[in-house]
Amino acid sequence: MSMSRRFFLKSSSALAALSFIPNSVKAFYQDVKEKFFVKKQMIPIQLEINKKQYSLTVDSRATLLDVLREELNLTGSKKGCDHGQCGACTVHINGEQALSCLTLAAMAQGKAITTIEGLADGDNLHPMQEAFIENDGFQCGYCTSGQIMSAVACVNEGHTGSVEEIKEYMSGNLCRCGAYNGITEAIQQVAK
Amino acid sequence: MKPFEYTKPKTVREALSSATRHSHYIAGGTNLVDLMKKEIDEPDKLLDITNTLPDQIEVKDNGVVIGAMVRNTAIAVNKIILESWPLLSKAILKGASPQIRNMASAGGNLLQRTRCPYFYDLTLPCNKRKNGSGCGALKGNNRMGAIIGYSDACVAVHPSDMCVALAALDAKVNIQKADGSEETMNFLDFHRLPGTNPEKDNNLPENALITSIFVPKNNFSKHFEYLKLRDRESYAFALVSVAAALDMDGNQISEARLASGGVAHKPWRWTKAEDFLKGKQATAENFAEAARIAAEDTAPLSTNAFKVPLLKGAIETALHTCLTNKA
Ligand SMILES: Cc1cc2nc3c(=O)[nH]c(=O)nc-3n(C[C@H](O)[C@H](O)[C@H](O)COP(=O)(O)OP(=O)(O)OC[C@H]3O[C@@H](n4cnc5c(N)ncnc54)[C@H](O)[C@@H]3O)c2cc1C
Ligand code: FES
Ligand code: FES
Repeated sequence: MSMSRRFFLKSSSALAALSFIPNSVKAFYQDVKEKFFVKKQMIPIQLEINKKQYSLTVDSRATLLDVLREELNLTGSKKGCDHGQCGACTVHINGEQALSCLTLAAMAQGKAITTIEGLADGDNLHPMQEAFIENDGFQCGYCTSGQIMSAVACVNEGHTGSVEEIKEYMSGNLCRCGAYNGITEAIQQVAK
Repeated sequence: MKPFEYTKPKTVREALSSATRHSHYIAGGTNLVDLMKKEIDEPDKLLDITNTLPDQIEVKDNGVVIGAMVRNTAIAVNKIILESWPLLSKAILKGASPQIRNMASAGGNLLQRTRCPYFYDLTLPCNKRKNGSGCGALKGNNRMGAIIGYSDACVAVHPSDMCVALAALDAKVNIQKADGSEETMNFLDFHRLPGTNPEKDNNLPENALITSIFVPKNNFSKHFEYLKLRDRESYAFALVSVAAALDMDGNQISEARLASGGVAHKPWRWTKAEDFLKGKQATAENFAEAARIAAEDTAPLSTNAFKVPLLKGAIETALHTCLTNKA
């Protein structure tokens, strides 16, 4: 820090002394300062996850996924791509499926978040979790928590009219193991 | 990701006055957070506008006003939209995934950046990312690139599906500028062609907010289609898409609309083909001629000539589907 403080003192007194410097140069200096001297911001936030309240302080850059996994040890939500392309990080926000890797934790305040850890009722698995087991809805299991979160939303929203409709509404969740048939069957079973 | 300061302005005025040259508004975050992770976009301040802008769909005598914060899903499943503007709903549902549509806002959809691979790779030249660095796609991998309206400086395409429907339906974009004044832009004037400054995707003034989108009433709710052709069945960007809408008087076309995604730097309207169809009978010959007229103006790049026959086929098929589509 001493370097930048010295640099700052030196450069700001130089700026004061050289008041004839044109505005365009000053604006440039301001730009440089803004660009390179933004410090990381820590924000105190409250999150409601699986009906529990959490108070924590997070970096403004933290995604909900990273906070769930790294800060709260809720590692059920997975990081597949971290860029919104695979669905492994799917959670429910206010009852709707959303990608936790593209959600800033600071923006998830005041919302009801449900993760895969919040689906079961004590030791009783959610019917969709049971159905995934019964129908071989997974192989390696990496995509599974995201698949199940989307599958629950798919049934809740009534997009189970046909295999095509299920596939369309599950298309945001990729499975490298190709367990798609089992997943579709699990959803059909729960929808009945 | 570079550090940034996060704030949540309470009013539009506060948002506008907090904006600087290095700030960004954030709505659904589905595009911006991704670009920030890749350090393609490096704002030092994020202004969270999710509670600042309207998130209502309001019906007026002459059309419908969609608040900038209405989520894409909420538009697509809205009863009034499904009844009177079903083309818009269909186009939205062909985009992204349920998760992303739940998060994405109406305003953010208009402002999403291109998916050109050169734009996404910091080690490659891209005039849209850094003007002057060159366009790697011009003579490189331009399979997904434009076939019309491009320049030597940029061959990227606009990736939105929703915007293709809005272009076809002659929507308007309501904006509020940094000085607080309001302006309404025709949708077709909102996005721009790349010319020599492709880093600008659209004509939204610096730091201005999109507050809402207006879609006028029309007679297209009976005969419409949004056809999206892509490398996989779902959850992929368009190679070519076609929004088609017909206002029919018996078998005669009183008005036609044709727009495409995946072909240009902005959602593209095929106005010559529309003019041709006006007053004609809805026949296979006329549909094929309309497709030919549209394709006549295209000029594919080194590796995307396949897009031209794809476009022609898509226009013909979409027009045929218009006759049978039931809202
Ligand atoms: C994997 C993936 C696949 C996708 N597939 C498709 C697809 O097939 N078809 C498709 O159409 N889209 C697709 N999308 C893109 C998606 O539709 C957009 O990311 C989304 O619409 C952007 O909206 P947002 O609210 O999340 O925007 P944000 O990411 O919050 O913002 C995007 C930009 O708009 C600015 N902004 C947002 N709102 C306003 C406002 N009201 N006024 C001024 N500035 C504003 C922000 O500053 C930012 O620069 C896909 C995205 C992903 C990640
Ligand atoms: S980790 Fe979020 S979509 Fe892949
Ligand atoms: S079960 Fe292995 S990725 Fe889906």
